[in-house]
Amino acid sequence: MSKAAVSRLKSHFGDKVLASSDFRGDDAIEVAVKDWVDVATFLRDDDKLKMNHFVDLTAVDYPEREGARFDLVLMVRSVEKKHRVRVTTKVADGTKPKTLFPVWSGANWAEREIYDMFGIEFLNHPDLRRILLYDEFIGFPLRKDYPIDKAQPLVPYRDAPGLTKLPPFGIDQGQPFGRIRWDDRLREGANGSGRAVSPSIALQTGERRALSDSEVAVAQIEELAMRVEEEQRVKQEQEAKKDAPAEG
Amino acid sequence: MGEMKILGGGGEVAFTTQFDALLAWARKWSLFQYPFATACCGMEFFAVASPRYDIARFGAEAPRFSPRQADVLWVVGTISQRQAPVVKRIYDQMTEPKWVVAFGTCASCGGFYDNYTTVPGVDKIIPVDVYIPGCPPRPEAVLDALMLLQEKIQKGVHGEPVSVPPKDPLSQLRRKTKPSR
Ligand code: SF4
Repeated sequence: MSKAAVSRLKSHFGDKVLASSDFRGDDAIEVAVKDWVDVATFLRDDDKLKMNHFVDLTAVDYPEREGARFDLVLMVRSVEKKHRVRVTTKVADGTKPKTLFPVWSGANWAEREIYDMFGIEFLNHPDLRRILLYDEFIGFPLRKDYPIDKAQPLVPYRDAPGLTKLPPFGIDQGQPFGRIRWDDRLREGANGSGRAVSPSIALQTGERRALSDSEVAVAQIEELAMRVEEEQRVKQEQEAKKDAPAEG
Repeated sequence: MGEMKILGGGGEVAFTTQFDALLAWARKWSLFQYPFATACCGMEFFAVASPRYDIARFGAEAPRFSPRQADVLWVVGTISQRQAPVVKRIYDQMTEPKWVVAFGTCASCGGFYDNYTTVPGVDKIIPVDVYIPGCPPRPEAVLDALMLLQEKIQKGVHGEPVSVPPKDPLSQLRRKTKPSR
């Protein structure tokens, strides 16, 4: 049913539609970040599309993908025409896509959530603050390189004796969903003795890149600066050595 | 409790007992609760108050939405990191003597939320007297916990948290659904 919508988009945008797919009636297209708002506006305003129902806007993190790390996923629907379409775009870490708030005001909180969870900033957003987490929180928890068991408590935990959990609440006890010691699980996964660990968790052990693109860039610049400093130091030392016997 | 003595013939009655025991007895039958219900367990908490289970039998039915007037803080449900300061503050505002019940697995140990969102058990921020396992616990388990708490109050025990023994809900279900033929 949404095929018509996709073909309408293709005929209007031509090459700007980078890819399109159709999986069991779920039609999706991919566009570039620079066309993001144009496509959204067209989806809303075109007479044949009339996408007036902003369903959701969210993001996906692919830390191992080179280049653009995130996918932005927009789901919209037309109440009148009864069709829907999914639009995705690839966003590199540090790139700031334009906000969709002027197109659908519902995008306001969705974009705040994406900022909160993934750290993608939106240009011209009216009020880009954290929406679910607290301001003291450092990092972005839905990035796959955020340690899965790292909490940042607002109230310092008590340090009372006897805080170890009573029998039914021990870490692997009692409940059908025993809590997991991630360190053990990772060790088991690494030497193949236990259950496998999801690759996103293994990120923390350094098997995969554990830094974001921008952090990698900063680290590279720092490393370069250190190397230059080191070279200068060595040079000065050599000169000092050369001078020393001349004096003696 | 002590024994009852009839003093004289005028029908005057006096109890000879320890004042502490009398006070504890009075306390344990008039627990004013502060229900801090945050998640799905809240539904089961309402069920306990309903006529079928009738928490009023234990004198613990009156909710007080002011911490100053409450004796028992029921932490019912998941406590997120962002909520933690609120729970802590309410606990600090309650007047002594006060007790805390961790209702459900989430409040007791964080449940399956083993990540950045959730406090792994409310005992990480405030002391807890009674834990109730279950996701959510059955009302019977809650009444069990209330009786454990009453016992603690009667004995004047502080600290030393206790837990309602967990039951396997599946086994109970199997018993109930046994074919009657
Ligand atoms: S213990 Fe289960 S029912 Fe209770 S709040 Fe947690 S998830 Fe919900």
